[in-house]
Formats: sequence, C-alpha cells, structure tokens
Amino acid sequence: MITRTTLKRSFYQDSVALMGLARELRTGAGVRETAALMGTPANQALMADAGLLTEEARAAGPNDLVIVVQTDSAAEAEAALARAESLLTARRARVEASGRRLPRTLDSAVRRLEGANLALISLPGVFAAAEARKALRRGLHVMLFSDNVALEDEIALKRLAAERGLLLMGPDCGTAYLGGVPLGFANVVPRGRIGLVAASGTGLQQVMTLLAAAGEGVSQAVGVGGRDMSERVGAPMTLAALEALGADPATELIVVVGKPPAPAVRAKVEARLHALGKPAVVAMLGREVTAGRSGPLTTVATLEDAAAATVARRRGRAWEPRAFSDAAAARQRVKEFRAARGTGAAVVRGLFAGGTLAYEALLILEPLLGVDSVGGNLGGHGGGPHRVLDLGADEYTVGRAHPMLDAALRVEEIQRAAKEPDTAVLLLDVVLGHGAAVDPAGDIAPALEAARRHAQAHGRGLAVVASVVGTTADPQGLAAQTARLEAAGAWVLPSNAQAARAAACIAGEPRVAEALLDGGA
Amino acid sequence: MADYRDLFRHLGGELRVINLGLESFAETLEGLGVPVLHVQWTPPAEGDPGRARLLSLLEDEDGA
Amino acid sequence: MLVDCVPAREALGLAERTVLHSGPPLAWERACPPVQTAILCAIRYEGWAVDDAGAQRLVESGAVKLAPCHHSGAAGPMTGMVTASMPVFVLENRPRGNRAFATINEGLGKVLRFGANDESVVTRLRWLAAETGPLLGAALRAAGGLDLRALMAQALRMGDEMHQRNVAASSLFARALMPHLARTAPDTGAVARLAEFIGGNDQFFLNLAMAAAKASADPCLDVAGATMVATMARNGTDFGIRVAGLGPRWFTAPVNTPQGLYFPPYGAADANPDMGDSAIVETVGLGAFAMAAAPAVVGFVGAGGLRDALRITEEMGEITLGEHPHFRIPTLDDRGTPVGIDVRKVVETGITPLINTGIAGRKPGTGQIGAGVVRAPLACFEQALDALAHARGLA
Repeated sequence: MITRTTLKRSFYQDSVALMGLARELRTGAGVRETAALMGTPANQALMADAGLLTEEARAAGPNDLVIVVQTDSAAEAEAALARAESLLTARRARVEASGRRLPRTLDSAVRRLEGANLALISLPGVFAAAEARKALRRGLHVMLFSDNVALEDEIALKRLAAERGLLLMGPDCGTAYLGGVPLGFANVVPRGRIGLVAASGTGLQQVMTLLAAAGEGVSQAVGVGGRDMSERVGAPMTLAALEALGADPATELIVVVGKPPAPAVRAKVEARLHALGKPAVVAMLGREVTAGRSGPLTTVATLEDAAAATVARRRGRAWEPRAFSDAAAARQRVKEFRAARGTGAAVVRGLFAGGTLAYEALLILEPLLGVDSVGGNLGGHGGGPHRVLDLGADEYTVGRAHPMLDAALRVEEIQRAAKEPDTAVLLLDVVLGHGAAVDPAGDIAPALEAARRHAQAHGRGLAVVASVVGTTADPQGLAAQTARLEAAGAWVLPSNAQAARAAACIAGEPRVAEALLDGGA
Repeated sequence: MADYRDLFRHLGGELRVINLGLESFAETLEGLGVPVLHVQWTPPAEGDPGRARLLSLLEDEDGA
Repeated sequence: MLVDCVPAREALGLAERTVLHSGPPLAWERACPPVQTAILCAIRYEGWAVDDAGAQRLVESGAVKLAPCHHSGAAGPMTGMVTASMPVFVLENRPRGNRAFATINEGLGKVLRFGANDESVVTRLRWLAAETGPLLGAALRAAGGLDLRALMAQALRMGDEMHQRNVAASSLFARALMPHLARTAPDTGAVARLAEFIGGNDQFFLNLAMAAAKASADPCLDVAGATMVATMARNGTDFGIRVAGLGPRWFTAPVNTPQGLYFPPYGAADANPDMGDSAIVETVGLGAFAMAAAPAVVGFVGAGGLRDALRITEEMGEITLGEHPHFRIPTLDDRGTPVGIDVRKVVETGITPLINTGIAGRKPGTGQIGAGVVRAPLACFEQALDALAHARGLA
C-alpha cells in the first residue's frame, strides 16, 4: 500500500468542494482511501484517525490544501494526484472563464457588484461573524447560513442590523425566500400571499412545500435563526420581519414557525402579531403547546397543521387537525406492516437530515410510544429503545458533509439500524429543492432495499416510512423522488408529521393505531 | 430599532447577492438569473488568529 | 509641479559628506555589492577621496554618512545615489506646500544607479552637474514649472505605466520643455547635447515620476489614524514601507529578488536583490498597478498577455482603498488605477503589492540585466498592522 501527499500552499477551498473532490478521487483505479482537507489542526486529527496523516500533511498550515491518497501501487498514486490537480485546475478555469478574477474580499465584491443588497454567508462559523459585521456596515442585508457563531456575536450583529433597518437572518439560517428568490436550501414554490418567519430552515421548507401543494404561494419568507426567539437575544429579527410583513401589501397572512419562546418573548411576538391586523398562524414545536384560536392568531402544534390552518384561513373554511390525510389508505398499510412486523420488540429508528423535522417527529412519537421510550440526540429525556437521530447535528458532521448534501452518513446509519434485530420501522425525511442533493431518494434507495431484504432474510418485516419535503417544481421533482422511494418499498406520506404517526402506528401498542385510525388494525 | 415597514418595498426591486462560502449557492442563483458575485474568500491574515483579531479591531475602530 | 533643477546641496540642505541611498536605513556592512560600489563611486565623484580604498575608509569610519534619500525628501532609482553637487529636480505639491526631489536619470547601461564605477560614470555625472542641470533649471524656471500630473495622466493613456515604461512621458516632457530650453540655453550645442541625452534614454522620465509620486504621497504621513501605505522602498538588502499615520517609521523585511526576462547572456542567477525608491510609483497607483494601461510592458516584465495585465491591476484593486481620480486606464473603461494600498487589506488577503522593476546584475558594474516583477514582503505589512493596532491602543 502506497500513501502519497500533495500540498498546495495558500490554496483555500470550501469544505463542500473538497468533499466532492475526495469523492471523485476515491473512484480512481486502485484508490483505497483519500483525504482532501485544509490543514487545520482539527482536520489533521481526522487524517490521523484515518491513518492518512503523512509528514507533509502534518507540516501543513490552516491555509494549505492537503491531498492524501492511499493506493495499491505508486503508479496509481501518481495518477490519483494528477487527477486531483486537473480537477482543481478545471474548477479554477471554470470560475474564471469570464476572464475576470473573482473578488477576494467582501469589500472588493461590493465595489464590483453595483447595488448589492444581500450577503449570503456560509463560511466556517469562526469567521462568519466578522464578515457579517462588514456586510452590515456596508448596508447589506445578511443571510447567515453558518452555524457555530457565538451567542454574543449574534446579539451584537442583530443590534447592529436593527440600528440600520437591515435583516440578519441566522445564524444557522438555512432557508429564506426574498423577493421571489430562493436562498440557501429552498424549494421552488409559487409566489403568493403568505409571508413566513421561521426559526428553522427545514421547518420552513415543510410548511412552504405543503402550502405549495395546496396551491398557496409565498410572498416572503424570512429565516431568523434558531436562537432569535430566546430570552437572551429577544427576538429582534422576528419582530422586524413581522413589522415588515405587516406593512407588505403583498402579504395577506403571516405564518411564524419556531419553538415555544420564553414567556416575555412570546408576549412581545404575540403583541406584535395582534397589532399587525393580519391573520396569523403560529406553529411552535414543543411539548406543552396548546393549539387554539385567539383573535387573528391561530396556534398549532405541527408544521403540517400550520400549512393546513393557513390554507383554511385563506379559503375562509373551518379547519380541524387530523391524523392522516387518507385514513383509509393508512389503515390498510398499517395493518400490512403490523402483520409483517412479528411479535417481538418493535423499535422505531428515525434517521433525519432536517433537525426540525427530527424534532417534530420526536414530539409526535413521545406521547404515542411513551415519553421515556424515545431517545436519540435531540436532548429528550427518553432512553430508548426508539431513537430519533438528527444526522445533521454537530457530532455527526465533523469532517463530513451534511446529510442534506451527501447521503453517505445516512446510508451507514440505515445499514447499522437494519442490523439491529428489533428495528421495525425506519423513519426518514427526504428533502428536495435548490442546494439539496441531485437525487436524495436515489442515494438512499439501494440501502433501503438492502435493509428490507436483510430483515426478510431473518424472518421479520422492516417498514420504511418516509416523507418527501419538496414540490413538483423542484429540480429533483416531488413525483419522481416519491416514486423512487416507493419502488424501494417505502411508504411515503404527505408530511413529516403523518410519517411519524405512521411509524408509531406500526411499532407501537395496538391502541396507538386504534386511536389514530378510528378502529385501526 | 429602525423602521422595517419599507423593507420589502426596497428589497422587492431586485435581489443582488454577494456570496461568501459554499460556491453551490452562487451557482444556484446564477442558474436562476439572479445577479450574484461569488467571493474567492480565504481566512484573513492567512489563518493567523492574533492578526485576524487585530484586523477586526481595526475595522471596528473605523466605523467604516 | 516641476519647478526647478538645482544642486542637491541647495535643494536638500544636505550636510556635507553625506551619501543618500535608496530604501530604508542601511549600514555599509549590510549593503549589497552594487550599492557599495555605487557609494564608492559617488564619493570619488564628489572628490572626497581619490580612490575606492580611500572612499571605503571614509564610509567605514563614519566620516562620510549614509542616509536614505527619503529622509531628505528625495527618491532615487536602483542604488539611488544622491550627493551634494548632483543636480536634482524640484517638485512642488502646490496645494500642500511640500517638495520632493530626484536626480537626473543618467541613461541606460553602465551607470551609477546600477553600481557601475568607472571613469565614464564620473565623467557623465560631472557633465550633468556642469551643463545639464543648469540648462534644465533655467528652462523650468522660464516655463514657470510643468504640470507633471497632467503629463503623467496623458502618458498613461499612451501606454506608459511610469515605472518600466516611460517613453511617452519622456517624449511629452521633452516636447513641453523644448520652447523654454530653446529660449534660455546659452548655445545650440548645449541644446543638442541635452536633446540627444533625453532622446536616447527611454527611461528619462522615471526619476521625475518618482519625485512626483513622492510629492503626492508624503503628506499622508501626517494623517493620524490612517492605514494607507505612503512609501515603499528597497535598498538591495531590506524592503521598507512607511505608513500614513505612523509618520517616518520604517517597517522592514528582507527584499525579494525580481523575476522576469533577461537580456542575453544573463539569467536569473545573475540577478541582484530588489533595490530602488521607484516603488513609490506603485505606491501612488502607477507602475504595476497600472499594468492594464501598458500591455506592451507585460511581456517585457515576464507576465503573459493583456488578460494577465488586467488581472494584475484587478488584484491590486483588492488591496487598495479606491481608484485614482486622475490616472485612468482606457482599456478598463477609463476606470482609475487602484490607489491607496491599505495595510489591513494586504494582511487580510495575503496579497502583497506587485512592483514592476528593472533587474540589476549582482556583480557591480554589470548594469541592467533584465526587467521583471517583484513582490513586497508580507512581513512589512504585518509589522505595520501590529504597530497601527498598538498606536490605537488595541493590541
């Protein structure tokens, strides 16, 4: 086995580009393992773990690009490194095809792009705050996609933004939709009359896609980051966005998506909503949420209900939450899956790319399966056996691509879950839209098929339950993605909430299915 | 806090984006015909944290 | 405004027995051979010693002092030698009232600025002092001064960048001066000799460009709190910068060696490390910073093609504060050249200023062996940044 290194000094590339490069190189002849990483201490530790920390790699600085290849022969190593070189050059050639260099700083970009009004920042968290500050100072709105931004920085940035009447969306804002332009990970939705303010990217995506399915469009959607409505931050961007939506003639109804805020913050937000004089639907995902109606405000407990209540309000119809949109079909499928399940322990394993979708699933599963019996990495108190995992959380994504972009991590977890003899249900989200993977369903379908075959070979049934967050207009196509999952044997439900309920019906006590399906299996 | 009521009137014209970070975001916007300029960003002061801190302090001082 | 040409002793108030050199302060022992040789030649020219050994004793004993041109308001190309009896051009920054000075460019080949040290050098220097200087002085006074900024703006539009290429500027200068020269010269022979001298030297205007640049940049040194580079200069050993707001303080680091194209039979191994005050030209947005205006130079300095010239000008745009209001580049839709190097941006991006430069031979007396580009060392800017932070109580 041969290990060779290329070191490119002062050659910064973003992490996604590098993971793409590493993946490309891995397909080369005789290549056993590769690493393409910036030479930061954290990455060097990763390389050491993988047995790829060569002398040259160790000597690299944080601004240097390290490419290590491990191959069967020296010739194959040279070929792999040469291929890396040409891939990197091709990239640079493409970006400079116009003949102009790309600007190196925000400053020179602002000088070059006349009328620039938004900075979209997805740099590593440690650098992101400084760039956001610069952008605000130059009068740009900011969408701060980066996470790992310090709370103190967030507070200071939002203060600065508020002084200038600018938006600071984030940190950790994955989705927004301004002036008809989808930003970050965003689905293709029609333009319409509904304005949204969301503390979560995938939460916003779920609501927007369900609205689109019902023929309702979006005027504006502002992401405020997960901590905006916390007591320390005080909801400045939420309040700002609400003020703006209140005055926006194109917005006729407002939707707020988040987690239950501290009482003082909740009071401020509700007061603002009442003052705006437009109907509003508030979806706060949490354990003690009381759904109901108060003047112009409708409070709901799930993302699906947010969309449903909104559609109903728009059409002047009454609305009631319901467990399944097609109870009859659900009843039939639950019956089949329960029958195939066998009599032993039946565990739900939720493997999610979207953190909010995972959390919503947890909130739905807890009362149905038992609060203490649903564990995972979402900070719940349960110890299991059921598990809901947010695979986009920090502990999973160090040195790895986020599951929204790359299915490798999810595939591993599917394989691991399939090997557990008590796994009865795999519960998944598949998120489409701009920025997401080219074929998310296709990326996991083989693993799902293999998991089901594995279970069958061991004499038990494995139910794969999924929802697809997407629209027909998305590049991946909602229908095509749904079909791919179904072809792999998955039961695809119209929303994340319904998928969670379906999982509970299959794996839980009989009374769960009875309660949700009026008579049940 | 400033007045946000005109926010969407100003932004409603045309979004013109400067992208720092993942290039795929700029590519998506280009594909949609949105004016976007991707910055070929590198860590300030070539990653030296002490100097990077000085740079940000000097920038703050200017209020520029 | 170019107003006069007078002996350095008069214009600079030079203490006797001082040899000015380019770049930041330099001790004799650290100087490279071409600079040392030039110093010895200058001492002999002034008549302070009869031979090199005597000249060397004077320097080593401190009887002859060395000092940077910049400390006396002058800028010198390459070795940058200025001594008391050399005639210097006088440039006035009218709005600010400050002045800057530069010697008359000796011409190409074996000259003092490349460390040549034979009788032909001394003879030429004596002729410059005896005839050329007074001739030019009288003509300039009669003209009431020449507006060099307008001249340079025009030359920029004719393919000069005022560092490697000065042929248009030199020609415009000669044309502007001619009537006044004709009226004030004692005889036509003198005029003819001067005309041949200027006509045979495509780089004649370089020294004037340097003095003009220095005259416009110097006032910045007094602007407290600014982060702009006011001086860039090299002495063959050290590269030094001075920063607006930090006054006359130098921030130095070892020079790089220029890379470029060489006249046969020379090559990279023959190159002397970077020297000269001519980087003052880049400091005000000309030279390499205006490369897009001088595509003819691009091949000569080793870069490749108009696209590369544009790229260099754009790259310098990353580290500058703005665009020059007067110096505009036709090939870039008349945008101003990038001007005002910001120490912060240099450190932030790691992009160091690029300088167009002649390449001198390492062996004294070789003369110019080629032309190319060189980068200012990042360390100078890092030190300056630390000092700026310290000055503001931030460090």
